[in-house]
Amino acid sequence: MNVSSAIADRDVEWKDSITTESTFVRRLLISAAFLYLTLFLFVPLAAIFAEALKGGLAAYVGSFLNDDALAAVRLTLLVAAVAVPLNAVFGVAAAWAIAKFDFVGKQVLISLIDMPLAVSPVISGLIYVLLFGAQGWLGPWLLEHDIKIIFALPGIVLATIFVTVPFVARELIPLMQSQGREEEEAAITLGASGWQMFMRVTLPNIKWSLLYGVILCNARAMGEFGAVSVVSGHIRGLTNTMPLHVEILYNEYNAVAAFAVASLLTLLAIVTLIAKTMIERKTDSYNRRKMQA
Amino acid sequence: MKQFLSLTVFLTGLLVWFSSIQAAEPVVILNVSYDPTRELYQEFNAAFVKYWQKENGQPVVVKQSHAGSSKQARAVIDGLDADVVTLALAYDVDAIAKAKLLPADWQKRLPHNSSPYTSTIVFLVRKGNPKGIRDWEDLVKPGVAIIPANPKTSGAARWAYLSAWGYALKRYGNDEAKAKEFIAKFYGNVPVLDSGARGATTTFVERGIGDVLVGWENEAYLALRELGAGKFEIVTPSISILAEPTVSLVDKVVKRRGTEGVAQAYLRYLYSDEGQEIAAKHFYRPRAEAVAAKYAGQFAKVDLFTIDEVFGGWQKAHQAHFADGGVFDDIYKPK
Repeated sequence: MNVSSAIADRDVEWKDSITTESTFVRRLLISAAFLYLTLFLFVPLAAIFAEALKGGLAAYVGSFLNDDALAAVRLTLLVAAVAVPLNAVFGVAAAWAIAKFDFVGKQVLISLIDMPLAVSPVISGLIYVLLFGAQGWLGPWLLEHDIKIIFALPGIVLATIFVTVPFVARELIPLMQSQGREEEEAAITLGASGWQMFMRVTLPNIKWSLLYGVILCNARAMGEFGAVSVVSGHIRGLTNTMPLHVEILYNEYNAVAAFAVASLLTLLAIVTLIAKTMIERKTDSYNRRKMQA
Repeated sequence: MKQFLSLTVFLTGLLVWFSSIQAAEPVVILNVSYDPTRELYQEFNAAFVKYWQKENGQPVVVKQSHAGSSKQARAVIDGLDADVVTLALAYDVDAIAKAKLLPADWQKRLPHNSSPYTSTIVFLVRKGNPKGIRDWEDLVKPGVAIIPANPKTSGAARWAYLSAWGYALKRYGNDEAKAKEFIAKFYGNVPVLDSGARGATTTFVERGIGDVLVGWENEAYLALRELGAGKFEIVTPSISILAEPTVSLVDKVVKRRGTEGVAQAYLRYLYSDEGQEIAAKHFYRPRAEAVAAKYAGQFAKVDLFTIDEVFGGWQKAHQAHFADGGVFDDIYKPK
């Protein structure tokens, strides 16, 4: 008997014998969970769309089709298009080093990767103000050479990268650790070059988890508010990302437009979730096949 | 391979879309302003663009940035490339002058202390004025929840604080200790301090917190217009402060960017009849007498005192009240 069918058998037994609670208790627990989700997840989500469509479809579409909103969408996509690939590459490299090699300072590296999750986003933004601001360490030199970092695109990209560093690496490290290094070692003994080994052995092994990490990273990159708010300068049509634009519209008593842009972000999150679920399923079946093989 | 190809096409498409922003280069200036001026400058910028195009045949784009006044000054000091600043109070422009971005005597460069429009501090109460608020005295009664913004970060909040202090001084015959007691009671009635004026308005109007919003007159009228006159009422106190929002060129930025001419004209246009008219339309009190007379019916009569008269200017007022360890730190204890 192989491993997965043993698990399956135990599953069946577990369902039959171990849950002894009455139907009433079970239903109570299930409905409590449903109520909770409805209250805290579904209702706010529905409210966003209800508010956004309050002024009719024309007002809804009109909220996107002005220069400031389009510029915000454009900026958000651009920032994600730079930050996500960079973090994907860095994440794979870091996870690879941590999972497959032993070296001094490994724990320090892991802690460093986790740091953006522990630090408040406002601080993440302020670091860059301290570094690149006109009064900051590098500020005078940058000003002299007319290089703009903060209150411009580079600053926003940097802050976003900082905040989204952990997502890909964190996803890959446990997986790569559990996979061990035997397959890679086999590939090398059989005469593969480093690149061949990576493309044919390592990458196929991690591809679904990598994609999963990229999706999470992307969602955060597009949605980041705090850090970006500190370094953006809030110039309309220039350095406002979508989350910042939502705040501005709301503060201008323009609730319909604010929620319309928010709904766009929400749609993005929903698409992300669907993609995530599909990838999770793929990963599961992929891992099961590997186990059986 | 096919996937890779379509991805490349997609990314190239995105790039083309992004680069299309840079097409056609008009002169761009950035106005860094405080919270409640969004609507004012939206209209004023459109008027100025038309004027400049007609006079000089040059297209100009005015970009806007809005947040709490001190936060904006901080951003300009940290390198936000503002060609002009239009902030809530002179102290914030002084801070920029201290960072050597503009000369110390900036306030003398334009008429009326570089303050093209003024405002004052009034109260916005809920329909029917259920707590019976008529004057400053009524705000410190027990059970009244006041919504001002945080005087550490917001211009309106500082004007509100100084206004309350000025009232107390007058009421208690210039007794500073009594005034401090009054202001302590005032902030004892505050359930939440927002960092900016617009945040405070949103707290009061949309989140429904508090009995009375203490803030800009222009902001109160705007809230009334935007959100329906049926829900709120404006109460003008017996005396209040003459709030002078100030404007200035940021010399270092305009010299580097070569935008001095247009930025200068932008500020001067605020003093023109059209500029004054637009300010009045957005409930700022205009300086030009003809325009002020035309809109006189719009503003309640109120006894106004200036910061120079009562506090000896912004630097002194700031040192005594808002600097770390000043009166405000002494009396305000967050709940």
